[in-house]
Amino acid sequence: MKLMVSKKTRKFEIIIECPEEIPCNPCEEACPRGAISVGVPITNLPVLDSAKCSGCGLCIPACPGQAIFIFEEREDGETIVGLPYEMLPSLEKGNQVMLLDRNGVDVGTGEVVKAVSPPTYSRTALVQVRCSPTVARDVRAVKKVLK
Amino acid sequence: MIRTQVAIIGAGPAGLAAAVELAQEQVDVLLIDEQEKPGGQLVKQIHKFFGSHKHYAGIRGIEIADQLFSEAKALGVKILANTAAYGLFGNRQIGIHKPHTYELGIVEADRIILATGASENPLWFPGWTLPGVMGAGAFQTMINVHRVLPGKKVVIVGSGNVGLIVAFQALQAGADVLMICEALPWVGGYEVHAAKVQRQGVPICLRTTIERALGQEGVEKIVLIRLDEHGKPIPGSAREIEADTVCISVGLSPLAELAWMAGCQFCYIDAMGGWIPVHDAWMKTTAENIWVAGDVAGIEEASTAIEEGRLAALGVALSLGVMREETAIDRRKEVTERLTELRMGPFGETRRIAKDPLCSL
Repeated sequence: MKLMVSKKTRKFEIIIECPEEIPCNPCEEACPRGAISVGVPITNLPVLDSAKCSGCGLCIPACPGQAIFIFEEREDGETIVGLPYEMLPSLEKGNQVMLLDRNGVDVGTGEVVKAVSPPTYSRTALVQVRCSPTVARDVRAVKKVLK
Repeated sequence: MIRTQVAIIGAGPAGLAAAVELAQEQVDVLLIDEQEKPGGQLVKQIHKFFGSHKHYAGIRGIEIADQLFSEAKALGVKILANTAAYGLFGNRQIGIHKPHTYELGIVEADRIILATGASENPLWFPGWTLPGVMGAGAFQTMINVHRVLPGKKVVIVGSGNVGLIVAFQALQAGADVLMICEALPWVGGYEVHAAKVQRQGVPICLRTTIERALGQEGVEKIVLIRLDEHGKPIPGSAREIEADTVCISVGLSPLAELAWMAGCQFCYIDAMGGWIPVHDAWMKTTAENIWVAGDVAGIEEASTAIEEGRLAALGVALSLGVMREETAIDRRKEVTERLTELRMGPFGETRRIAKDPLCSL
């Protein structure tokens, strides 16, 4: 008999930091559920419809301005931040990273739980980092801690 | 002497787009470019472009260059690489020079599109001739095309998009970017580009400029100075920092010498980078047989240069009689719509306002 598996409830939030009216709309085109709208003219600021968003994160590597992030609270209490990463060295699961806020201030350390960079992302990696709930919402970049 | 129907000087975004558009109409096109690899400044643009998919958004500049060039090649466009166009004679003949082989020659064309681009503006200060002081674009060419890191401790002067993008790419190349200084009280470029470097810990110091660079064999230190609300240096505000590289990104100027030589009428538009050849909505200049496209026709972006290249190609095709007028006008409308999209918002608007009166000529 096949067991029913309840769908995991995810608590997440997509953070779009795109404050200026620049002509740009790849986020809108990247979203498979139509949760981000820019519309016409393409200088409109992106508007997120949270009800439609599945938290897949496809908009994160698609944004040419690297301005989209995801914050997630998992059932086990872990807090995860997902962000675009185009630096060297590349990151992989298990790496320790320094967490940086908007001003590049070191706000702690975290651990990479997932790092993916399929060809469709065109060399922007989508990196997910486990970090303390007190800082997770402020993290905007990570740096690999070199041993 | 080389004969061609259309010669395009400059194989950057504008020139490549124009070549593709014309070759599609079975026009015989020759591209002339002083670099070995076509693409112009696109070849060092490793970042993803803005815009919509119609404007190659999300694609890195280098990939756009490859894409446009393979389209041009497939359509039979010929290219003279490593070839400088040093002069225009009688608006039909182009003097060419191949610096690697010391060859000189003449290209004769029925129509000429100048897509020569722009050059970086210099900034004069004591020590500006020291090795280590360079254009931000030059630094970008070294790291992204030649894979050479010219310095480790970099200061960027100017916070326009070029300065912000080069700062980020310097970090990607492994340099330490100490700061971006900006004489004005605000950041010149896009907020998203500024945010990318700020989150990496690079400060943007407003109302600050470089006073001098110090060093023996090259830059060792630079002196920064704060500016008051009138842009005057504040006495006693100078401070010294250790740096080995100063990247100047204080704007670009159209490379319009050939247009001057052809006798084109010019106008001065500060928002477009200074003196630009007067041109109409087909990018035709006031000189016989001469069209312009891209930064030479006013400093903008690679994506706008591509569209202007297409406009110039339509104008040339129409003048050669290889395209019906209604078709050319319809196509121009499509291109102009895409261009208008790129010239919207607080950044694009000044360019649109500056360009519109020209294009209604």
